[in-house]
Amino acid sequence: MTLSRTFATTGRVLGQIRHDHRTVALLLVVPSLLIGLVAWIFVDTDVFTDIGPAMIALFPFIVMFLVTSISTLRERRSGTLERLLSMPMGKGDFILGYALAFGLLAVFQTAIAVSFAVWVCGLEIEGSIWLLFAVAVADALLGTALGLLASAFARSEFQVVQFMPLIVFPQILLGGIFIPRDQLPAALEAISEWLPLSFAIDALQAVAADSESAAWITAKILVIAAWIVGSIVLGSITLRRRTA
Amino acid sequence: MMNNSDATAHAASGAAVIVEDLTVVRGGATALDRLSLAVPRGHVIGLLGPSGSGKTTLMRAIVGVQLVKSGTIEVLGLPAGSRALRTRMGYVTQQASVYDDLSVRQNLAYFRRIIGAPASDIDRVVERTDLGSVAGRLVGSLSGGQRSRVSLAAALLGDPEVLVLDEPTVGLDPVLRVELWGLFRSLADDGATLLISSHVMDEAKRCDRLLLLRDGRLLADDTVRGLLRVTGTDDVEQAFLRLIERGEPDLRPTTETETETER
Repeated sequence: MTLSRTFATTGRVLGQIRHDHRTVALLLVVPSLLIGLVAWIFVDTDVFTDIGPAMIALFPFIVMFLVTSISTLRERRSGTLERLLSMPMGKGDFILGYALAFGLLAVFQTAIAVSFAVWVCGLEIEGSIWLLFAVAVADALLGTALGLLASAFARSEFQVVQFMPLIVFPQILLGGIFIPRDQLPAALEAISEWLPLSFAIDALQAVAADSESAAWITAKILVIAAWIVGSIVLGSITLRRRTA
Repeated sequence: MMNNSDATAHAASGAAVIVEDLTVVRGGATALDRLSLAVPRGHVIGLLGPSGSGKTTLMRAIVGVQLVKSGTIEVLGLPAGSRALRTRMGYVTQQASVYDDLSVRQNLAYFRRIIGAPASDIDRVVERTDLGSVAGRLVGSLSGGQRSRVSLAAALLGDPEVLVLDEPTVGLDPVLRVELWGLFRSLADDGATLLISSHVMDEAKRCDRLLLLRDGRLLADDTVRGLLRVTGTDDVEQAFLRLIERGEPDLRPTTETETETER
């Protein structure tokens, strides 16, 4: 692995996206629109106060997972991945280069989503808005990292797409949005304790209600960070230079 | 078997690529069936055969991106896919494997950084592939022929010793096709080894040697002249058919210079 190849890849991915204005616009705006929609649905109730923080976790996470796995999928289909892997391109350079590019986008996207939720939709945040932002960014990065992992694991396009329901949906279902996690059947609750999205949702809800200390929230962020690093490392290892 | 002694002979004579007993299975079907061949250094070698004969699979195996069931492949004396080979080989896939949403120059600049070639290489390959007039345009807006030349240009970065080109002239107009074959020839004159696949039998005549592939087996490994003489025809398409009829391959792998004059 060399940093110059990693950064070259980051620059190239951002260069590609820069040429596609509609993608940039969608990427930056869609999570905010969805959060706005949820706020509107519950406008006459106080439900949004409860689930709003979870929405900040959910939409950027899903969008980043999709965008990342689809763009590496494109790379596979166009033959450019094969070309790169026949060149002195480290697998880690490739994955990390993508992670940095989409990570940067995730920061902008999250900044817009958090601002929109707080200042336009009136989501009440009792705790630190900076901490809220930090958790949200970590969460969007998690989506990116898991998207990379999924597409590295996959041998075909169909497999990549299947990973979305496989990896993302269970985390949403068990994340405490539909029903608080402590009311889940014991086995499911135990599983949910291990899923990274649960940490993000817990942390965002804690910041919103100011119910936990900054140290407690930082610990959650660190767990998410560990998942991000783990996914990127695993993604690099499992990317196949030789394919059938 | 004679394969082994052949291989040693090739190694001594400096074959760029030596394939021995290569079997590749794709999607349950045998794509390459115990294939053995050698590609001599500094020549233009045509890999011909109908679509589905295993040309692309063989090329991918040589480049080191194909999962192989059994057999060995050596490129420049190293096992195919070795890290050290990755800067010494250029590979052009059948579809233009470049980024549509970047300009020609941006594409080349990126691949150059990955290879670690000097920055001046970009201008050199743009010139050699005659892309100067479109260098600033997005690849997605170019014609098919231009796109495949961008893909070729990327493979020329870093002056590779072995070039593996999968149907590089498909869909090009005749003038451009002649120009590209001129380029391939000059690269070989500079010492590069080129393995070029095609299903256009006409192009065979421009190669130093031919490998005819059918159903994952070698139908011929010979010079163009040798092939035409053995089959008693004056065109490669006919020779191909003759060999199929005869059911007996024309294998005269490179101890080329001696045997050529004898027969």
